[in-house]
Amino acid sequence: MSQALIQIEGLNKWFGQHHVLRDIHLSVQAGQKVVICGPSGSGKSTLIRCLNQLELHQEGSIRFEGRLIEDDAAQRQQLRRQMGMVFQQFNLFGHLSVLQNCVLPQMRVLGLSQAQARERAMQLLERVRIPEQADKFPAQLSGGQQQRVAIARSLCMQPKVMLFDEPTSALDPEMIKEVLDVMTELAESGMTMLCVTHEMGFARRVADSVVFMDQGCLVEQAAPEEFFSKPRSARTRYFLAKIL
Amino acid sequence: MRENIPDQPGSLIAPRPAPPERKLPWGRLDAFWLLLIAALLAAGALRAQGAFSYEWNWSSVWPYIIKTDPKTGQWAPNLLVQGLLTTLRLALWGMALALAIGLLMGWMRNHPRLLLRLISASYVMTVRNIPPVVFVFVFVYFIASQFMPSLALDQRLSELPASAQEVLAVLFGPAALINNFFLGLVCLSVFSGAYVTEIVRAGLQAVPPGQAEATRSLGMSEGDSLRFVVWPQALRQVLPALSGQFIQLIKDSSLVSLVSIQELTFMAQDVQVSTQRVFEVFVLTAAVYFCICFVLSQSLAYLERRHARAR
Repeated sequence: MSQALIQIEGLNKWFGQHHVLRDIHLSVQAGQKVVICGPSGSGKSTLIRCLNQLELHQEGSIRFEGRLIEDDAAQRQQLRRQMGMVFQQFNLFGHLSVLQNCVLPQMRVLGLSQAQARERAMQLLERVRIPEQADKFPAQLSGGQQQRVAIARSLCMQPKVMLFDEPTSALDPEMIKEVLDVMTELAESGMTMLCVTHEMGFARRVADSVVFMDQGCLVEQAAPEEFFSKPRSARTRYFLAKIL
Repeated sequence: MRENIPDQPGSLIAPRPAPPERKLPWGRLDAFWLLLIAALLAAGALRAQGAFSYEWNWSSVWPYIIKTDPKTGQWAPNLLVQGLLTTLRLALWGMALALAIGLLMGWMRNHPRLLLRLISASYVMTVRNIPPVVFVFVFVYFIASQFMPSLALDQRLSELPASAQEVLAVLFGPAALINNFFLGLVCLSVFSGAYVTEIVRAGLQAVPPGQAEATRSLGMSEGDSLRFVVWPQALRQVLPALSGQFIQLIKDSSLVSLVSIQELTFMAQDVQVSTQRVFEVFVLTAAVYFCICFVLSQSLAYLERRHARAR
């Protein structure tokens, strides 16, 4: 078996006394697309936030490219630049234009010149089909457009993995598709993706593997056909019956 | 790239021009109220004049604005203008110093380290819970008088070359009064800085946590995150509150007249004593303060509007 890109073993996390992640084991191969679903409060967002260390876990280990992630600020920063993250609320920098949003982190983190950063930013804005909005400010864009800019901004850092934390949950129904199209295109290009989402159509189409979580436990992991047609646990069947 | 959306409903009902906008938000009733208020004010003024027949005499006040030097016969600024200059210097340096204190303390107020939070919180609580006048007395007589003399600013100043002394005199006022001036300046800045601290803290807290999270997720350092993302947004948010506090600072500068800093209010009291023209002197002083504050508030409002447009 080839070495996994991400290897999570025995991961535990508490918020105060609340046990939000319970003994999670998960491995993700390079190029794999994993969709994580489950009811709200099941710990799925916390899980992917632990991966890029926006949340710190208390027990267990996470390995990225075989390297153990330790409690070390410099390593954490190094890790984060290799993992892109897309948030539910987009989190674009409101005081900067779309282009500047993509240029700033490239210049500060990758040390690129203004011209290089602009060029790459425009390429990626092109890729998410929004180059004509480059000089606008985030507040002037629709939710779907903002989310596509957020994806472009993450891609500018040339990450090895993309993490999506409910990327379409804050969007109007008409805009969900434009974001999912970009994500599908990204998946087809071979990007490794972990995606927390309720979009089961997207999961069926794109995922190699679907993970179901409930109450901080990883209940079930299976290929999409199997997951949707014959889920093993009763809890999964109940969840699928509710949302499909 | 535009998608082709079938059956655009815009073609079902043709667009029409908008109805004309109403010209002025002003009607007959508004005119009535305005006249009524004016009439009441006029009646009040008439009554007041009858009650204490005061004889206005402005001519005795003018010489205190500009005097002619008895020796050279040239024009020279007198007490009131000197006071005004001191007030302007206090205001200018006070704003800069209060802002510096406020930025530092406001940052400490949100710092994850408990010690820094404790220091800034105690500072703010102490200053805000003491009446301004009491603060000035306590600060000047009990705190500043202990360490200001040891700085010996006037002595150090006299050791500087003459050209530097001239520049410093423009910036900080006459050399003989420099100790006095700095006492007032520090007092005013420490006092006002506490309020700026709270404004800055609120501004930092108003930046959504998602902004800092996004910078972290991109691998940016904490320093870059603050410098390029958090602070610019926080400062933009607090500009209106900050301009209010600056105007407050100019007005509060009159408080240091209590400890013999010779700014506008102090000089006004002086002139009032020697001329006995209470009303003239203080009406004039009020007008001067109003002009400074009004000009400042209007220019800051202009800045705000320009920033709002830039967004």
